[in-house]
Amino acid sequence: MIEPHRYTANEILTVLSARQLKDGQVVFAGVGVPLLAATLAQRTRCPGLTILFEGGVIGAFVEPGKLPPSTNDQRCTKRANMVLGSAEVLLLLQRGYVDVGFMGGAQIDQYGNLNSSFIGDPAHPKTRLPGTGGGNDISSLAHMIVAMKHEKRRFVERVDFITSPGFISGGDSRAKSGLPTGGMFRVVTELAVFSFEDEERRMKVAALNPGVSREEVQQKTGFELIFDDDLAVTEPPSEHELATLRLLDSERLFTA
Amino acid sequence: MNEAIVRPYLQLREELSRRDKSLREKVVTLEEAASFVQDGASVGIGGSTMSRTPMAMIWALIRARKKHLSCSRSIVSTDGDLLFGSGICDHMITSWFAQSILWGLSKVMRHHVEKGLARYDEWSHMAVGMRFRAGAMGVPFMPIRSMLGSDVLKQRPEAKEIDCPFTGEKLLLVPALNPEVALIHVQRCDAYGNAQIDGLQFMDIDLAIAANRVILTTERIVSNDQIRRAPDKTKIPFFCVDAVVEVPYGCAPHECYGAYEPMMQHMEAYVAQVNGDPIGGLNDYLERYVYGPKSWTEYLSLIGMGEVLDATRRGRSIYDD
Repeated sequence: MIEPHRYTANEILTVLSARQLKDGQVVFAGVGVPLLAATLAQRTRCPGLTILFEGGVIGAFVEPGKLPPSTNDQRCTKRANMVLGSAEVLLLLQRGYVDVGFMGGAQIDQYGNLNSSFIGDPAHPKTRLPGTGGGNDISSLAHMIVAMKHEKRRFVERVDFITSPGFISGGDSRAKSGLPTGGMFRVVTELAVFSFEDEERRMKVAALNPGVSREEVQQKTGFELIFDDDLAVTEPPSEHELATLRLLDSERLFTA
Repeated sequence: MNEAIVRPYLQLREELSRRDKSLREKVVTLEEAASFVQDGASVGIGGSTMSRTPMAMIWALIRARKKHLSCSRSIVSTDGDLLFGSGICDHMITSWFAQSILWGLSKVMRHHVEKGLARYDEWSHMAVGMRFRAGAMGVPFMPIRSMLGSDVLKQRPEAKEIDCPFTGEKLLLVPALNPEVALIHVQRCDAYGNAQIDGLQFMDIDLAIAANRVILTTERIVSNDQIRRAPDKTKIPFFCVDAVVEVPYGCAPHECYGAYEPMMQHMEAYVAQVNGDPIGGLNDYLERYVYGPKSWTEYLSLIGMGEVLDATRRGRSIYDD
């Protein structure tokens, strides 16, 4: 049995998001925790997982201890099946080859919309954030897993700006906007795993992480949460998962 | 925006017909190549993030004190800091603009955009690619299925939503991007400009074909015979290219596939310096590393032989297996 203090917040985040992937899937992974979690899944339960990177990589097989600093670096291509243009790999999302999109997030709302562009009014922003990258394309065209830190300022009722669409304003608003496919599947934080209910498409707590109470999750969330009737408690990270993860990120780039 | 976002087809054809597309040697110096870029030009930049960035050419444009460049790139890293911070560029079209995921937000970009000194037009990564693609295809737009429903689209009235005439589905039309000049760095090319790219190609092929002129920088110039031994490796044909500059380590401190990885100590020192003071820190960096050195070789000496060799050892390890 591993005690909660035996792993960092980013480690449990990475392990739990890795568990959301299934063997045989094609996953489009962003840099940081998503890249690491997809690689962890590939090295543990899902040897047949195919990882895509927006730099133009199909079938990535990232080397332990040599994590790429972005998804556009040569390290992403090591032992991959194919390299191709960035537009070409993104177009595979549009064609429908990608089962799961997997991203980090800076700010999310109750409908799973993500903001990585602006804090404040876009015309006179308080903070100009980096922007979408491939995030908007991935979330527009695939089912999404989002891994992010759980803080009240990051879990808000309404994002300042929809960079990467979730269910927009809920219900069928996503499809009506011209996005008939994809949408939020899971959000994973160091506190809980979230899914989205079928009607209004609002975020709901599917499982609590070990040692986390309903009150704690609600208190650190800026909107009213729905709790699943069959609320589960997550299995803590196993020795094997943690050991593999620490081997992959031996430089502690993304799990410190 | 005053100017038409997409140039009429006849104008585009006429601009191309005025170019000298003959098979001729095009080798010039960095300084001569910089003189091909006019103030106010639209400039497409090859590579992505910290990879195959045409840093030596950007360095030369800053030294030549260009003005009001409008740049476009798939994803922008510290190259964008230098372009905004030096004052040569006040408009960037891209999908992501930060120092990198390791270092986070660019305080230089934030300063310029939040103070209204420069514009950052945000498009999705695929949209940037499809804009170059449309430019390369000689059509005014490409239809895509992303950006719809998002606030990224609300910021971009240049993109047009339509109902598909075949299916009635919503689609987004993104306008062609035909930069006046493209800056692209490659591993090798011949004196005519037949360019071979190893590894990740990003959007460089579309960019080269879309642009009105292309300045190639290259790790090395090889013979035309050597190009002809592996024509499948040639990604940019000579008739797209107007200038060839041989610049070893021309992406430093970023990486060039199979040749060198990013020079991380230099990058970390840079980030610490500009994050501490995004104006003064950047100016000091420009004085020391851009305006100060007499040549690109002297700039590399300032980065340091130890770091250059370490980046080279790591860069070549992509071929170890």
